[in-house]
Amino acid sequence: MSYLQFVFYFFSALTILSALGMITVKNPVHAVLFLVFAFFNSAALWITLRAEFLGIVLVLVYVGAVMVLFLFVVMMLDINIAKLREGFVRFLPLGVIVALAMVVELGLILGAKYFQLAGHPQNQSMLPNTEALGNVLYTQYVYPFEIAAVVLLVAIIAAIALTLRRRPDSKYTKPEQQIAIERNQRVRIVKMSAEGKSK
Amino acid sequence: MIPLSHYLIVAAILFSIAVAGIFINRKNLIVLLMCIELMLLAVNLNFIAFSWYLHDLAGQVFVFFILTVAAAEAAIGLAILVVLFRNRRSINVIDLDDMKG
Amino acid sequence: METVYLIIALAPLVGAIIAGLFGKKIGKTGAHTVTILGVGLSFGLSVWVFVRLVFQGMPTYDGNVYTWMMAGGYSFHIGFLIDHLSALMMLIVTFVSLMVHIYTIGYMAHDEELWPSDSQVRSTAYQRFFSYIALFTFSMLMLVMSNNLLQLFFGWEAVGLVSYLLIGFYMNKESAIYANLKAFIVNRVGDFGFLLGIAALFAYTGSLNYEEIFSQTGKLATATVMLIPGQEWSLPSVVAILLFIGAMGKSAQVPLHVWLPDSMEGPTPISALIHAATMVTAGIFMVTRMSPIYELSTTALSLMLIIGSIGAFFMGLIGVVQNDIKRVIAFSTLSQLGYMTAALGASAYAAGMFHLMTHAFFKALLFLAAGSVIMAMHHEQDIRKMGGLRKYMPITYVTALIGSLALIGFPGTSGFFSKDSIIEAVELSHIPGAHFAAALLILGVFVTALYTFRLFFLVFHGRERMDAHTRAHLHEPPWVVTLPLTLLALATIGAGGVMYPLLFGDFFRSIYVAPDHNVLAELHHHFHGALAFLIDGFLAPPFWLSMAGVLVAWDVTLYRSKLGIHVHSRLGWVRTILQNGYGFDAFNDYVFARGARGLGRLLWKAGDALLIDGLIVNGTARVIGWTADRLRWIQTGYVYHYSFAMIIGLLVLLSWYVLR
Repeated sequence: MSYLQFVFYFFSALTILSALGMITVKNPVHAVLFLVFAFFNSAALWITLRAEFLGIVLVLVYVGAVMVLFLFVVMMLDINIAKLREGFVRFLPLGVIVALAMVVELGLILGAKYFQLAGHPQNQSMLPNTEALGNVLYTQYVYPFEIAAVVLLVAIIAAIALTLRRRPDSKYTKPEQQIAIERNQRVRIVKMSAEGKSK
Repeated sequence: MIPLSHYLIVAAILFSIAVAGIFINRKNLIVLLMCIELMLLAVNLNFIAFSWYLHDLAGQVFVFFILTVAAAEAAIGLAILVVLFRNRRSINVIDLDDMKG
Repeated sequence: METVYLIIALAPLVGAIIAGLFGKKIGKTGAHTVTILGVGLSFGLSVWVFVRLVFQGMPTYDGNVYTWMMAGGYSFHIGFLIDHLSALMMLIVTFVSLMVHIYTIGYMAHDEELWPSDSQVRSTAYQRFFSYIALFTFSMLMLVMSNNLLQLFFGWEAVGLVSYLLIGFYMNKESAIYANLKAFIVNRVGDFGFLLGIAALFAYTGSLNYEEIFSQTGKLATATVMLIPGQEWSLPSVVAILLFIGAMGKSAQVPLHVWLPDSMEGPTPISALIHAATMVTAGIFMVTRMSPIYELSTTALSLMLIIGSIGAFFMGLIGVVQNDIKRVIAFSTLSQLGYMTAALGASAYAAGMFHLMTHAFFKALLFLAAGSVIMAMHHEQDIRKMGGLRKYMPITYVTALIGSLALIGFPGTSGFFSKDSIIEAVELSHIPGAHFAAALLILGVFVTALYTFRLFFLVFHGRERMDAHTRAHLHEPPWVVTLPLTLLALATIGAGGVMYPLLFGDFFRSIYVAPDHNVLAELHHHFHGALAFLIDGFLAPPFWLSMAGVLVAWDVTLYRSKLGIHVHSRLGWVRTILQNGYGFDAFNDYVFARGARGLGRLLWKAGDALLIDGLIVNGTARVIGWTADRLRWIQTGYVYHYSFAMIIGLLVLLSWYVLR
């Protein structure tokens, strides 16, 4: 068993185990952490495929941002876990059967000779992965890349727009009203007779 | 060396686990979202494996875009979840049957 | 010259538009001035054109002035064909129309009295009437001046429309509405045939232009058409008969004549203009115009001969028992149109046209005289309540006498020349059915004289049967009424003089008659000058028959007025049959009207309500509703059910892929 094979099997096993853990644990926080672990391991798997840039991006962006967002939401919401776990045991056999059937069938398909590309790829370009990816991303795929940026922008705006709300009970100043104030809203001049004159 | 099919089978197992997760955690919306993330991970693994074995960087570029879209999807999905929870005090799928015919 | 023709056709239209759309502004005087100016201009120019064409040898004009549309390589034009035939028709149309216009000023002067006081259209009825008759003149001119079948059809339909509008002029009268619908529908039946005929000609010749169609008669003569599989029919016969069906509708031939007697619901000037003098002659004109086609088909000629003669005799017979002054004349019109059609059937087109012309004059004269009587009688139309009007209305009396004599064909009057030449032409004809037709036509002379003078005697002679109030107000109508009467009477007398050039000369150069049909040429051999013809007329059977008719009429109306009651009691059933018009109306009502209503009801109940509404529209909705009701339980609204469905679908797809 070569070093690469060891690495592959090791991280594959860890990925699968953490995925299994994710779907079975009770606590959603633990589930998120298991998912994070699965991401870490698959990033390692990606690196065995010389996709260093994507592996690092997965860890940095995905784990660092998206998973943290998940964690944040899970922790923020006051969730009744027991209720959400109802029917877990009842559906476990069905889930296992479906998953096993799928694995077997996919295995049968993937075991066919079309997918038996023997391990050694030909000499890849000597460029580092990041540079190679950057070369195509900013030339050939520049328009999809821009569109991806727009998608992210839209997602940001959408997320903010969805969750933004004004709380009626919280107190805060409204600067635009403060500066648009007029004199007669502040000062009221009252006419009254001078004292002493009446005497 | 490791043949392509090994990677693909790992990805298939991950995908199936995600499917099983949807089955057994059917009440919990957050876990459902996470299962979808897991499915995307499996798909990404496939793309990268093919990219390596077929010497085509397009697969990696596609993964890049999938990551982008998945991030957007997660952000919006979670935002919806938060709004939902704020209005319903629950993320139990059982309570969400407004679309019943 | 194009401009002149355009002015002739369009001047009445302009008048009609002004009187119709701005009637309120220009008032009564404005309305009749503008329309009479328009029609008068047309008449003047028509005379000029006629003179140029006939006496100064101007060549025939045939040209297009406007391309109406192009479709699929064919172009449809508005064009004029001005030859002797159309020039004569233009002259007749504009002259009679002008007379009627002038007459109408008098006739319609107090028309408001006939409308209910709350009627919305009461105040503009006068202007509307003038607008309609001017519009009619325009339509008829377009019809006769046309150089193609499409424009002819336009004019054909336009006169039908105006006729519809005018019959229903008193739109608050139910009988008028019934009558105008009837006229429209019956004409539609004829037009259907007409349109099919035009379409058939167009399909075979690729043109609607007369010139181009007639240049292909050689090819058409042998063409056959298969309407029913296995039955080869001669194309000219099919076309000619289809076109004749159109003429049957418009020229009121049996069995499509039923609308004409009812059309008397319209004001009297209209009966004179449309239902006697001009519109109903459109069919005769059209057949004459299409003579090269008709000459190819002995079948069609024979059919026209028989239908015409049947109309001439039997429709006249109905006239004998009518008591409404206008209806008597209406049936007389049917009878005279029968004579014209019979003339066409005998290939004596020129004789038909000649009779058309004389008939236009004397029938317009008779109708206008009748209108004058009606005016004097305060819109009483029942001849049993008249009598002795001679001394109250001398001008009307004399002109009506001239008209009546012309109608019965008294030697020397124009009607004598035209009618006698028709009878002799039919006698000489060798077309199948000619003997039968000739017999009927000769008998028709007796009938004509009988009803004409029955009417004449009842109205102008004998006891005064009107009530005292009416009698007190009897007087000759104003000059606008008597002037047209006088002019028409002059025309009636004078029109006979043009017999020779019209019948035997080369006046109608555009009429084509096959050599073996040419009865007029044969008649020419027997013709030894008008005087001889006149003297012969006194000796021939038609004269004696008509004299017998007059005598009988005198006998039953004046001499032995009780006789009528005896005849009535003995032969009541004959009278009933005649008064019911041989049951044509009843038949149409029972079979067509009721049948159509029954069919409509059936289609409504079974086709519309049950099949379309019930089965297709509501049925579709119900099926969808039912299905959706069954399917809605699938839509639980739970996300995981949908995801399960997707996953199971994925599984099935994979299984299929593996197991394949």
